[in-house]
Amino acid sequence: MEEFTTLQVVWFVLISVLWVGYFILEGFDFGVGILMKTLGRNQAEKRAILHSIGPLWDGNEVWLIVAGGATFAAFPEWYATLFSGFYLALFAILVALIVRNVGFEFWGKRDSAKWRSRWEWGIALGSAVPALLWGVAWANIIGGTPIDADAEYVGNFFDLLSPYTLMGGLASLAIFFAHGALFLELKTEGEIRERARAVAVKSMPVAAVLAAAFLIWTLARQDSLNALTVATAVVAMAGFLAACLYAGTKPARAFAGTAIAIAFYFVTQFIDLFPNTMISSLSSANDMTLNFSSSSHYTLVVMTVVAGLLVPVVLLYQGWTYWVFRQRLSADDFGDIKTPLDLIDARQKEARGDAGPEPGAGS
Amino acid sequence: MTSLELARWQFGITTLYHFIFVPLTIGLAFFTAWFQTKWYRSGDEKWLRATRFWGKLMLVSFAMGVATGIVQEFQFGMNWSDYSRFVGDIFGAPLAMEGLAAFFVESTFLGLWIFGWGRLSKKVHLLCIWAVSLSTILSAYFILAANSWMQHPVGYKMVDGKAQLTSIWAVLTNNTALYAFAHTILAALLTGGMVIAGISAWHLLRKNETAVFGSSMKVVLPALAASAVLTIGVGHFNGVLMTEQQPMKMAAADAVFETTEGAGLSLFATGDMKSNPEGLNRNIQVPNLLSFIMTGKPMSEVEGVNNLNAEYQEKYGPGEYAPIVAVAYWSWRVMIGCGMLLALFGLVGWWLSRKGRLEDSTRFLKLGMYAAALPFVASSAGWIFTEMGRQPWVVFGLLKTEFGVSPNVPDYEVWISLIGFTLLYGVLAVIAGRIFFRYAGKGPAAEGEDDSEKPHLGMAY
Repeated sequence: MEEFTTLQVVWFVLISVLWVGYFILEGFDFGVGILMKTLGRNQAEKRAILHSIGPLWDGNEVWLIVAGGATFAAFPEWYATLFSGFYLALFAILVALIVRNVGFEFWGKRDSAKWRSRWEWGIALGSAVPALLWGVAWANIIGGTPIDADAEYVGNFFDLLSPYTLMGGLASLAIFFAHGALFLELKTEGEIRERARAVAVKSMPVAAVLAAAFLIWTLARQDSLNALTVATAVVAMAGFLAACLYAGTKPARAFAGTAIAIAFYFVTQFIDLFPNTMISSLSSANDMTLNFSSSSHYTLVVMTVVAGLLVPVVLLYQGWTYWVFRQRLSADDFGDIKTPLDLIDARQKEARGDAGPEPGAGS
Repeated sequence: MTSLELARWQFGITTLYHFIFVPLTIGLAFFTAWFQTKWYRSGDEKWLRATRFWGKLMLVSFAMGVATGIVQEFQFGMNWSDYSRFVGDIFGAPLAMEGLAAFFVESTFLGLWIFGWGRLSKKVHLLCIWAVSLSTILSAYFILAANSWMQHPVGYKMVDGKAQLTSIWAVLTNNTALYAFAHTILAALLTGGMVIAGISAWHLLRKNETAVFGSSMKVVLPALAASAVLTIGVGHFNGVLMTEQQPMKMAAADAVFETTEGAGLSLFATGDMKSNPEGLNRNIQVPNLLSFIMTGKPMSEVEGVNNLNAEYQEKYGPGEYAPIVAVAYWSWRVMIGCGMLLALFGLVGWWLSRKGRLEDSTRFLKLGMYAAALPFVASSAGWIFTEMGRQPWVVFGLLKTEFGVSPNVPDYEVWISLIGFTLLYGVLAVIAGRIFFRYAGKGPAAEGEDDSEKPHLGMAY
């Protein structure tokens, strides 16, 4: 049995919670981002879709930033090995997130169909790439990567791609896609909602099957079956199953189902990883244990106090935001409204005389 | 280029780019909150329009800052893994605190502010923008505490060749951090204030929306003058502290090569362009002024680059311990020069505004448009000075930069990310710049255009 201290376990759990929180929250805005272009048939609908995550996505993404910062603070060796080892994958994720984030902000800033269409592509790809690559990354973390005795990753980008890890990527992509469709079903009204429902009903079983395949594969890879991971995997699958059943009728239940399922889907992976932070495919002697990866006891105490004070407050006000923006959105809310910049553009066109005949402007 | 140089170029480019938006966002968020407070108190429509106008510009800057900010956190591990292993026990803590204490507040309350117009009560809505402003300031404190530990390590002991935290209190109250925080926040207010003054000047010259822009100017000018003067003042003490903590950086900044009593302040110097030219070809000085500025005594001693180099070689082993002197010398002067011009601009503007002659002073207003570039030049130069002046150290006295770089990331991967980030950032700069200037040029939305029925949409997408 590896030696590890209580605080190291606390921080392993806390970092798991941060990642799980990130995947539940940003998971649905990844899905919404992918769906925005195809599900919204006109500008008003697309704006309604964008507004469904507008006040939330930035706060969701901070979960990732805090997960990264917490890993750096509590397990610097893990942070260093993981981030330098998965260099190009993380670079791709960063580029995707940047494009997506500015896409949300810039989409409506010009009244041009071409402009919007380009950003819709940017948002869709910028959401799909991390949804896929995070799954690949986590499959690599638990599945093992070439790590030498100095805790350095000695492979390249393509060593991260194997049938197992690609399976993990496809599963996470499908899960977040369906999770996003359910979110839209829950948060919109009218035609968008009907379309979101249709997408959710179709995509949910696919996500469930892929998730099951990945979980079974993960359990099958264990040297001796870890009973706890079997239990969490079963809970995850129960969540996905509930989501499949309710996707067409009760979106709130279905969404709760995917949220719980995502939580346990990743909890299964964290338990599988415990008590290590990185697994070496070269030699089990190179596996990075919690104790090896960890900061000093003093630093963990400091961070525990800080997290103990702040995390409840964060949950409180983030929860409040979701309450404030709880009502459903429909295209009707956005049909006749233009942003100030649209009006500016319209006026400029008018002034240049290249706008079509304005009704009533002739006389 | 070597792996080290590649990693350094990438860090330099991504960090300077990120820091265009950071001070602008901090400054604009603060003034937006101020304008909204004025609206809340007076109910005067012009303050509402000012709030929305400057708030929109803040959002463009904020979006860019957030998008480029994640890169900042990730690249320590990606490109500087040995550095991360060395400092992780200490450096990670303020980073995690920044996320927990500041970023969550910032992102959540900004969402509430943007989408909460008309949905939240006026008071709660006002508190939201103040929460955003204060959290941007708080985040600066944590990241500067982390950076200051690299400038002046405190509260640690060395265990197995790695730095281990012994006092978080020492790290968070590091005098280097407190000075750097004051200097940076004042400079951020200066940046926001100057951008507001510059854009207002452009509109006032065109007699456009004089109520909104004249009022914005009147609020901003005294704040601008005060923050500029204070930035310089704190900067001075920062320099004095640096002379104590990193004498080599300051010797390079003033191109003092030999330890001298009664050192003069160099106004213009040339030397060979290499990392340490060991002396100057030409140097125009004001006698004794440098000694006087640093200690208040005209005949005091100022340590020189060559003497310090010999001292460090004895202490830390053979090697070159001077930064690229020309870079330190000129970045230092560019920063201070821009700061002084800004202080002058602020003071003249404040005086004109008190005399009620602001809106007719065409020359001043024209100057204001161009002066808006100065804070960005100054803060870039300041960071180049701070970081390049510390070389060859990444953590002063403890870890050399060359030993911090990721040993296992192949050069081609860093080339890919370096080119990728640079291209992406270039394209985004053009797009964001266009949007920013178009918004800025068009002025506030006409009354009613921002839509009072569904007011939340005026700010949003």
